[in-house]
Amino acid sequence: MSDHEDTFVLRARELRKHYGRGEGLVRAVDGVDLDVARGEAVAVMGPSGCGKSTLLHLLGGLDRPSDGEVTLAGRRIDRLGERALARMRRTDVGFVFQAFHLMEELTAVENVELPALVGGRSPRAARRRATELLEQIGLADRAGFLPSALSGGQRQRVAIARALVSDPLVVFADEPTGNLDSAATVDVLRLFDRLHKAGQTLVIVTHDERIAATADRLISMRDGAFVDETRLSGGTSGRLGDLVGLEG
Amino acid sequence: MQQEVVLAMLAKEPSHGYELRGRLRHALGPLGDGMNPGHVYVTLTRLEKAGLVRGELAAGSPDRADRKVYELTPDGQQRVAEWLADMEWPKPDLAEFHLKLIAAAASGLADPVTIVDTQRRELLRRLRDAQRAALDEEDGSDASLLLEGIVLRLQADLRWLEACEQTWTKRKAGS
Repeated sequence: MSDHEDTFVLRARELRKHYGRGEGLVRAVDGVDLDVARGEAVAVMGPSGCGKSTLLHLLGGLDRPSDGEVTLAGRRIDRLGERALARMRRTDVGFVFQAFHLMEELTAVENVELPALVGGRSPRAARRRATELLEQIGLADRAGFLPSALSGGQRQRVAIARALVSDPLVVFADEPTGNLDSAATVDVLRLFDRLHKAGQTLVIVTHDERIAATADRLISMRDGAFVDETRLSGGTSGRLGDLVGLEG
Repeated sequence: MQQEVVLAMLAKEPSHGYELRGRLRHALGPLGDGMNPGHVYVTLTRLEKAGLVRGELAAGSPDRADRKVYELTPDGQQRVAEWLADMEWPKPDLAEFHLKLIAAAASGLADPVTIVDTQRRELLRRLRDAQRAALDEEDGSDASLLLEGIVLRLQADLRWLEACEQTWTKRKAGS
């Protein structure tokens, strides 16, 4: 591995995804370059239809680009065969979606352990890891509940635990707070914040400014391309009290 | 901070200035960190002169604000009741920023889109700071509710800036 591959766990070069042709050609992703450092949290924001979800799918190997390269931990994934790509998705990346996508007939702990089982871990090891994760997200006492018996915020936390069960290199999240009320959003923010502090690499696409503000870097996307980038890690120099006009 | 806040904090029971400061600090959490510790005493002295509070010195103490126990006078009670019923609400001054963009574009002295982007970055950093503080607070604390308000307000401002950016980008492309 070169130095770059040590630093950047995820890289994209001249990434494009086009649909249709001629007059009806849609450039959903149109020439994106991206380097994500190990342990970095990157948020991509933009209006609906700007291509951010498509981009996430290309980066996580859920979809193939029309052109360009995606490299995960030094390995090109845009050219992998179907089976190798499926294996990569099970072991190297985790996904969190707006609509949770939990299996309704499985309990919380069964949902969490499922990817590990499919990935070839022993039932016992998978259950142990799933139980551990449910404890970490504060839902150990809900392990045997079906998703229908959980609140939206709890379901999303279970989905996040599921995304983590294979110890992925990168967790991709697509509008993870899109279906949640304010209190549940805070729970999910807190969980992402903890993951980030623990060194998990995160790529989040969202139009929720709150979750974007927890990232190290915020990228604005328009019409399939990146138009602006803001590094947030520095924070402001001002006092918190200035935010509410408390002085003196 | 308004005098009425200090006055209303006193409505619970006669208190020393440091007790009022403690109540304020608890209610504000990290947002109260920058508050000048002398502010409460200065305000109490003013309120006393205005006849809204009465300060009682413990026997033999020097005549200083930080040694007194304060209580509301009937006028003070009345003022607190009026303040609680008051519908005053802070108004964000959006017109100034709006006019800044108009003036920048009209004069050609600055690019309104750049101004919006710079402002957006600043607000995002503030949002991050407020969010950080909110996540560090214990669930259900008084300060976390205040931080929630700050976060939601910044979010609203950011959405407006988003709309500004879209409109001014279009105008720039059209001109």
